[in-house]
Amino acid sequence: MPSDVPTTINIKKELLRQKTAELPELSELDAVRHFTELSRRNFGVDTNFYPLGSCTMKYNPKVCERIASYPGFTHLHPLLPQLGMGGMLTQGALQVLYETDSLLREITGMAGFTMQPMAGAHGELTGIMIMAAYHRDKGNKKTTVLVPDSAHGTNPASAAIAGYKVVSIPSNEKGVMDIKALKQAVNSETAGIMLTCPNTIGLFEPDIKEICALIHSVDGLTYYDGANLNAIVGKARPGDFGFDIVHLNLHKTFATPHGGGGPGAGPVGVKEKLLDYLPVSIVVKRNDGTYALEYDRPKSIGYIAPFYGNFAVILRAYVYILMLGKEGLKRVAENAVLNANYIRVKLKKYYSLPYNNLCKHECVFSVSEKMLQNGVHAIDIAKALMDRGFHPPTVYFPAIVKEAMMIEPTETESKETLDAFIETMMEIAKQAETEPEKLKSAPTTTPVSRPDEVAAAKNLNIACL
Amino acid sequence: MPFISNTPQQQQQMLGEIGLTMDGLFADIPTELMCKSFNLPAGLSEQQVRNCLAELAGKNSTDLICFLGGGFYDHFIPAAVYSIISRSEFYTSYTPYQPEISQGTLQAIYEYQSIICRLTDMEAANASLYDGGTAMYEAMMMALRITGRNKVIIDDSVNPIYRVMIHSYTRNLKIELEQTHNEDGLANRRQILEKIDDKTAAVIVQNPNFFGCIDDFTDIANAAHEKGTLLIVSCYPISLGILKTPGSMGADIVTGEGQSLGMPMSFGGPYLGFMATKMKYVRKMPGRIVGETKDRFGRRAYVLTLQAREQHIRRDKATSNICSNEALCALTAFVYLSLLGKEGLKQTAQLCADKASYAYQRLTAIPGVRPHFKAKWVFNEFVFDLPKEAADVIAKLIEKGFAAGFPLSRYYKGMENSMLICVTEKRTKQEIGMLAEALESIL
Repeated sequence: MPSDVPTTINIKKELLRQKTAELPELSELDAVRHFTELSRRNFGVDTNFYPLGSCTMKYNPKVCERIASYPGFTHLHPLLPQLGMGGMLTQGALQVLYETDSLLREITGMAGFTMQPMAGAHGELTGIMIMAAYHRDKGNKKTTVLVPDSAHGTNPASAAIAGYKVVSIPSNEKGVMDIKALKQAVNSETAGIMLTCPNTIGLFEPDIKEICALIHSVDGLTYYDGANLNAIVGKARPGDFGFDIVHLNLHKTFATPHGGGGPGAGPVGVKEKLLDYLPVSIVVKRNDGTYALEYDRPKSIGYIAPFYGNFAVILRAYVYILMLGKEGLKRVAENAVLNANYIRVKLKKYYSLPYNNLCKHECVFSVSEKMLQNGVHAIDIAKALMDRGFHPPTVYFPAIVKEAMMIEPTETESKETLDAFIETMMEIAKQAETEPEKLKSAPTTTPVSRPDEVAAAKNLNIACL
Repeated sequence: MPFISNTPQQQQQMLGEIGLTMDGLFADIPTELMCKSFNLPAGLSEQQVRNCLAELAGKNSTDLICFLGGGFYDHFIPAAVYSIISRSEFYTSYTPYQPEISQGTLQAIYEYQSIICRLTDMEAANASLYDGGTAMYEAMMMALRITGRNKVIIDDSVNPIYRVMIHSYTRNLKIELEQTHNEDGLANRRQILEKIDDKTAAVIVQNPNFFGCIDDFTDIANAAHEKGTLLIVSCYPISLGILKTPGSMGADIVTGEGQSLGMPMSFGGPYLGFMATKMKYVRKMPGRIVGETKDRFGRRAYVLTLQAREQHIRRDKATSNICSNEALCALTAFVYLSLLGKEGLKQTAQLCADKASYAYQRLTAIPGVRPHFKAKWVFNEFVFDLPKEAADVIAKLIEKGFAAGFPLSRYYKGMENSMLICVTEKRTKQEIGMLAEALESIL
């Protein structure tokens, strides 16, 4: 684009870069072709069934994308509310934040939310910072956070980064928390517990109320990791279970796209007694019905994001909740759980099912003894699925199940798709017995096959310079 | 019901086949724990929800001519950026744990890492972090791990939004955070050099800094390195089209906000935190990293690498709790830079600098308007003083159709009459002239 102003000042040479940055020099068409070609080397929810356990890869409604691209939202500078006029320049956006907060309160049974955390793990860190602020404020000397051994790795990592020592609580033979071990671990040093419910095996923790009471008895706080909320949304609420802090993954339960690994959003909700510790700022509604940002929060943990969170992600989730409404959200949990149990029951004859209970949104299989004897591992089943047009389940997690295959179909998949997947899994199970070597050489239809990850870490090549 | 595939009949059929009922699916949840309340509104149709949200979008003032920056910028975005990142093979996929069916995302991240290295003159970049502020915090934590020290020096010419974030994150940790006060708009050498000692893990500075002033930190890098201290530089990627690179100044870790690379402002996010470092520190770097390797047939392939640093393996011993990156935003940045190309980025940066210096001259020619700092070199932002309170002037300019700038009193004591103004390549000579006239008329 030609300049319409003269170059009036030449920045002195010492402050300029000496060599132009080596960026690609492509025509627009060549760039578009390059990226279109790359996109074709990916599986996405829109192209393939994607039962990646614990990730809730449901359909991402197109209307949410459309609305997130309205110029009235995309062109909005985040500093506008700070230019005076009490947020009157951004009333529409503030209303979106305020109403999403209200809806999430009712969905979870919490008293208030911060929309700022930019991912689930970021929500965890925020939640633990709130926990720390509460204990500091009360003068409690707390040093440890309890985390079950089946938890996502982000839980212990978040607690450690916030300055706590992590104590792992084992699961029992039923795949749920060992309450006896918990009782032994709880003491006056316990700052709180982080729990996913249903847990990563897909099982509802039967002792959830007792667990919460136990932690509260030492003035600890209970943290609900909302990664698996899709299983119970509209049916049961973490706030009613006795949880004090909750994070939600809007990119899971509330259908915002995963983007190849972000951006997501991880709003955090708290009970009444923790409201003062929520990050600065929060959106409030004035008596005249307008919205404002509240900055004067002396007990707050402070700023954890530059502004109000990943607004365009929150906006998509808001649209999703408005469209589904009360009845729609209940149907989400029902169908997510139905689809998971359908797969569980239909496949249990063909794969080992270490915890054969009613599951919630996901079920965790393992390869059978016979398959192992034939040298077939979970990774081989995963690779074989790719050749047959399916994204594999999560494999080798949770670690408490050996050779784990964690399948989460979500509610947006049809019986037809599930049946095709089940049949394929049956066929692979058969091949594991008859032609195991074929599974070991899968996949054969993908652009690459079994890249050498050891070599990648050893002969590190992470940029073309 | 929206977005649920199976009809009630199919659901019943499935339940029958597995010998369960709909209520039975939730029999493991004690009755006393079922929802005590679930008062949500009834669902809306697509048409209703689009009308409703169009109305809300209309309540936002997006028609103001934008001279507002502060680290978040109104740059032009080529149409092809949106077109490419809207391919659902990209945006409906997840973290590329299974490389065979994620080569698109993986190669794009590898290429993104390469381009961040080339822009900053560094050797190793990660797959991205949440935003510029969390990237700066992660860089600080990385410096603590590398040096085994716990003191950090940060100059107040670093974006105050990031400084308050770092303050929040470090409250529960044993970190000594020392702030220096800018000297006439540039990082305060005297104070920084005085404070660097053998307990100092890092010095954090920014270029161009929050006031828009351009600096060269080579001297600080040298002084820091003498004491075994690392230099962390936050930078504005568009400016690297023309400005001296942090790598050539001797920076050890470079971070920044990538929003300017093709992402709309979208009221605060999603944005992109980028991070690059020297190869010798790569194993201490947080976040996802993609590496090139070969597959079993010798074909070039891309994988997530150095995963032993990460939370899903190391749990509480991980380098960071971060699980995802901002993959789609990293893709956006890479697409944007590919479309602009070598010359395009240089031109865009030069246009920003030219328009800002034109605006600088035009505005400071108004009686009563004076540049705040003597520092001569600015990129696309600068600070000037008004004869009255900046916040009031800005409020009046809103009525005239301008988001004219940012009042600095919010973060800097004694700067009640100062405002920060930003001029990107999108602003025209005519718009700058209109702003000057509007400002003159209200002073």
